[in-house]
Amino acid sequence: MNALAALGEVLVLIGTFFYFLSTLGLIRMPDVYNRMQTSTKSATLGSLGVIIGVGIWAVGNGLSWAWLVKATVIAVFLLLTNPISAHALIRAAYKSGIPLWHGSVVDKYREHIEAKEKVETEAPQEGGEE
Amino acid sequence: MEEASKVSRYLYTLIILFLIWLALTASLDEQELIFGFVLSAIVAAMTYPIFTTRGLANLHPKRVAYAIAYAPYFLWAMIMANLDVAYRVLHPKRPIRPGIVHCKTILKTNPGKLSLANSITLTPGTITLDVDGDDYFIHWIWVPDEVLHAESEEVHVEKASENITRPFEKFLKVIFG
Repeated sequence: MNALAALGEVLVLIGTFFYFLSTLGLIRMPDVYNRMQTSTKSATLGSLGVIIGVGIWAVGNGLSWAWLVKATVIAVFLLLTNPISAHALIRAAYKSGIPLWHGSVVDKYREHIEAKEKVETEAPQEGGEE
Repeated sequence: MEEASKVSRYLYTLIILFLIWLALTASLDEQELIFGFVLSAIVAAMTYPIFTTRGLANLHPKRVAYAIAYAPYFLWAMIMANLDVAYRVLHPKRPIRPGIVHCKTILKTNPGKLSLANSITLTPGTITLDVDGDDYFIHWIWVPDEVLHAESEEVHVEKASENITRPFEKFLKVIFG
């Protein structure tokens, strides 16, 4: 049973380390897009490590298996919803006009939006002339 | 994708809800099982039209097997992603070369596209910015040379898709069609 508790402690430690990386990434990265990159990934895996680790730790300390099962449910829920919230945030940031970092090399999304707008504005004009 | 019959969709919703109930209560007590089944039946009756379009076909053994095989593959990709993030954050020179690239997918169904977008967000150096039909716009933290200096739009899309979406599509194509 103590091996399980030790495994849980190690998982919690790893998860905390990734939480730390996530916070450090928020400070070090230059713009909102790169910050979303580091914070989303590290915070998700950090949460997984901590939550599953707590479940295993509790089982190792003689509590019931229900701890691990419920912790897993929470972890799966987090794993499914975290990337969606990140996607919503980064898309809203782009739509509200926050510029990319000056070191960014390519922006295909801007070209795509402009091409689409061009098609939409040209089409009714042609219809009006005829 | 044609819709499955109402009974099939209802049963599929019921099964998924009951499995979630089992995990949430984590007990096999007879009273809890019966009450959970009743609650699942009520909730399934209210929500099955928005929950699934394919019904019991989702539980095809091949799909379930691929979904189970996908889990460790995805977790491994996620751990690699975090080591990648660790390298970029802790490196004193901060080696980033960000950009938004354009990918195309071969997946047709909406759940498949959602899973692909989620997988992309959690794997090395990429985050989904927008999905428009078959087009994915992805913010990449390190755009490689072959994508950056591609001669035409098609080559760019081809190279980017090869790097980002292909590894997951071979699983998701089977799971979601």
